[in-house]
Amino acid sequence: MNDYVIEMLHIDKVFPGIKANDDITLQLRKGEIHALLGENGAGKSTLMSVLFGMYQPDGGEIRKDGKKVEIHNPNDANALGIGMVHQHFKLVEVFSVLDNIILGAEDVKMGMLKKKKAREKVVALSENYGLRVDPDALIEDISVGMQQRVEILKMLYRDNDILIFDEPTAVLTPQEIEELLQIMRNFAAEGKSILFITHKLNEIMAVADRCTVLRKGKCMGTVEVQNTTKEELSRMMVGRDVSMTVEKKDIAVGSVVLEVRDITVPGKFKKKDAVKNVSFEVRAGEIVCLAGIEGNGQTEFVAALTGLEAMSRGRIRLNGQDITNASVRARARAGISHIPEDRHKHGLVLDYSLEDNLVLQRYWEPAFQEGGFIKKGEVRRYAEKLIDEYDIRSGQGAVTVARSMSGGNQQKAIIAREVDRNCDLLVAVQPTRGLDVGAIENVHRQIEAVKNNRKAVLLVSLELDEVMSLSDRILVMYEGEIVGEFDPKTTTVQELGLYMAGARRQGEEDVFDEE
Amino acid sequence: MKNNKLRSVAVTILSALLCVVIGLVIGFAVLVGLSYASRSGSGAPFTFADVINDAYTKGFQRVLMGGWYGSGRVPRGIRSELAQAAPLIMTGLSVAFAFKTGLFNIGAAGQYAVGAFGALVCALVLKLPWYLCLIAAAVFGALWGAIPGIFKAYFNVNEVITAIMFNWIGLYGVNTILYGGGHGVMFNEKTSKTWAVAAKSSGSLIPDLKDLGANYIVRPATVGIFIAILIAVALWVILNKTTFGYELKACGFSKSAAKYAGINEKKNIILSMTISGALAGIGAGMYYLSDAAQWEPMVSTVLPAFGFDGISVALLASSHPLGTILSALFISHISTGGGFMDAMIFPPEIADVISGVIIYLCAFMMLFKNKIARLLSRKEKGGLH
Repeated sequence: MNDYVIEMLHIDKVFPGIKANDDITLQLRKGEIHALLGENGAGKSTLMSVLFGMYQPDGGEIRKDGKKVEIHNPNDANALGIGMVHQHFKLVEVFSVLDNIILGAEDVKMGMLKKKKAREKVVALSENYGLRVDPDALIEDISVGMQQRVEILKMLYRDNDILIFDEPTAVLTPQEIEELLQIMRNFAAEGKSILFITHKLNEIMAVADRCTVLRKGKCMGTVEVQNTTKEELSRMMVGRDVSMTVEKKDIAVGSVVLEVRDITVPGKFKKKDAVKNVSFEVRAGEIVCLAGIEGNGQTEFVAALTGLEAMSRGRIRLNGQDITNASVRARARAGISHIPEDRHKHGLVLDYSLEDNLVLQRYWEPAFQEGGFIKKGEVRRYAEKLIDEYDIRSGQGAVTVARSMSGGNQQKAIIAREVDRNCDLLVAVQPTRGLDVGAIENVHRQIEAVKNNRKAVLLVSLELDEVMSLSDRILVMYEGEIVGEFDPKTTTVQELGLYMAGARRQGEEDVFDEE
Repeated sequence: MKNNKLRSVAVTILSALLCVVIGLVIGFAVLVGLSYASRSGSGAPFTFADVINDAYTKGFQRVLMGGWYGSGRVPRGIRSELAQAAPLIMTGLSVAFAFKTGLFNIGAAGQYAVGAFGALVCALVLKLPWYLCLIAAAVFGALWGAIPGIFKAYFNVNEVITAIMFNWIGLYGVNTILYGGGHGVMFNEKTSKTWAVAAKSSGSLIPDLKDLGANYIVRPATVGIFIAILIAVALWVILNKTTFGYELKACGFSKSAAKYAGINEKKNIILSMTISGALAGIGAGMYYLSDAAQWEPMVSTVLPAFGFDGISVALLASSHPLGTILSALFISHISTGGGFMDAMIFPPEIADVISGVIIYLCAFMMLFKNKIARLLSRKEKGGLH
């Protein structure tokens, strides 16, 4: 007998043209927290989809308590006690917390819902585990952290004892993360087994007992966390040494490049303004970071700044020139380049070739067109130059369709395009989202280079590590307002977290006190 | 790199051909069924060979031959086939062009009707030269196309809904004005059609090659077919070589990315629908200014077939402007051929069945494309060893 509750042995999964899982073995002990680490595309999601019955493996077998099982769909997985908190929550926004928890596992008597017992069970569970929720609140009204608790309660309600957490900390503040890790420890102490998918090494070191590392669909091994280091883990994950911090040069800041005053943006679906009276400046040679939890107005602010959406109040000046009412194109010409948050939606025309995408912001320049006819030769030459300089890798070079490129290389293409325009202001929104460690390092270096080139950078990021290592000044945004300004040299992640969660705010006079 | 492009063109053409062949096979099967029914209905003894023979000689062969069926050095069928192909190319281009911009112009039929009206007014009432009439057809069609575009751009109303409404508004509006209570200036009470253009204003007739000294492509075929081909080539150039085409296609593939790039997507939506409308209008002008037929205000209570066939043409051509020429010629070919079938056994709509099946198969074109591409690459790999 062994003490493994779930074993995935020698799992193979092949998709046309790619071996997503190649002989992967993952063994989960009872009562342990087992981290699953890997870059994007390493095969983590495929492996979990196999465990959840969404895919059938092409080879290998799954065992539960030493016995071979077949999992054909998520219901089978659920019957085996496997539950999962997905990275993107699967909740019905307009249902109450209670309704969401019992959805799919309702007690029914003669076609009528029996909610009373369910309510008692949910209340008991939430008290036992310190998962505070209001069972009658609607999902759309509660915070992201609260929604995650609902997802966890869903697993507990179904008496699952194998809990999978898929990148659960991406949407949380540092305090909420600490809380979640504690909850995970409690579960483990109680004998539940936890599979923790993440790319954050700190969290693995803090909470996990063992860690299995995947790279390019292959299993790199399973290590005892207490016998390893972050450096070793990242080497296993990437295959080479990665420098974790960016070398920061101190550049004397120059004149004001971007000045925004009292920017207010109406909310799209809610009556509340998404951005309220935001004012700040960005100077040449500095990286200013807008930090905050997702959904606190950063997206709307950037849309207003770049001209994609209208704002209701406020003024924007670029190099002293008023661009408040300028079109997207006019702003781009005035000197804003923009690495958008969503590279698929905004950053690329996915069905265009790489070369066409590389001139997306300048095809109209005389260098690339004459009398309305595109100079194909020039476009090709320019594209090949960028591909070469920024090391953009793709199947067929300049004519590769953007859709077929990997996420990292798509992002490289966008960054190449925006950085090469050599604008006075670079607006970079979550430039490393979904990228692997090696690619992140590269993006950070590019952004540093822009700053060292004495340009202004406005960075919007949710990753506090990134915020701390890159920026010269940090502005924290909470519910559409800037609630604090910090110097990364003197602040801590914990302090930022308090402001991001709205627990604290600096006085107005502090916020706009410059120099 | 050049090889890759060539290959993808080859794969597209091969898969379109595959659709055509399968469509023809199914069409033949239907013909066999119909001839069996007619043979067994007659009561006389027959063999299976007879059935196949009927299906082939009295039906299928004539569909395949299209306009070439019949006698004469250049049979009349060919001329009417070309006369139909010209407006089909235009409505096909109309739909294809909108597709490229991410819009579904289901309103080609209405734009066609309004374009026909514009052409007829200029020809029958104003007696303008043919090229001005053709331009008028384009302008009228463009106006009718622009309306759904404006609704889409400024009020976010789906262009399909608006275009369908405007199809009927256009058709009945045109019918009402042309009929004029039976006394319309353009209405010939004897034939219950509009006046033949030749009878009222011969200068408004699009010339055929006889007018230009040759004797091949004569009425009802006109130089319209060449104009249509020229326009197709021009559209291909616009879409692939110009910044305007770059913007249009960017809007079509991704509105949000186009907006991000500073492209005015409202302007492009309206322009694209306007151009689509103009193309459909020109198609109508080519047809009615050739006297291939006259408008029948009292009978025309269904939308002009050319408008909807344009959708088929565009689909079969994968919205490629040059492919549109070929697919329009093909559809015109088999529907002309359908008219030559033995009407005692086969309804002429069989041609529509065949083209319908082909269009349906176009939906599978992606599948075929992948299969063919894989076959080709496997062959290549095999060759290397």
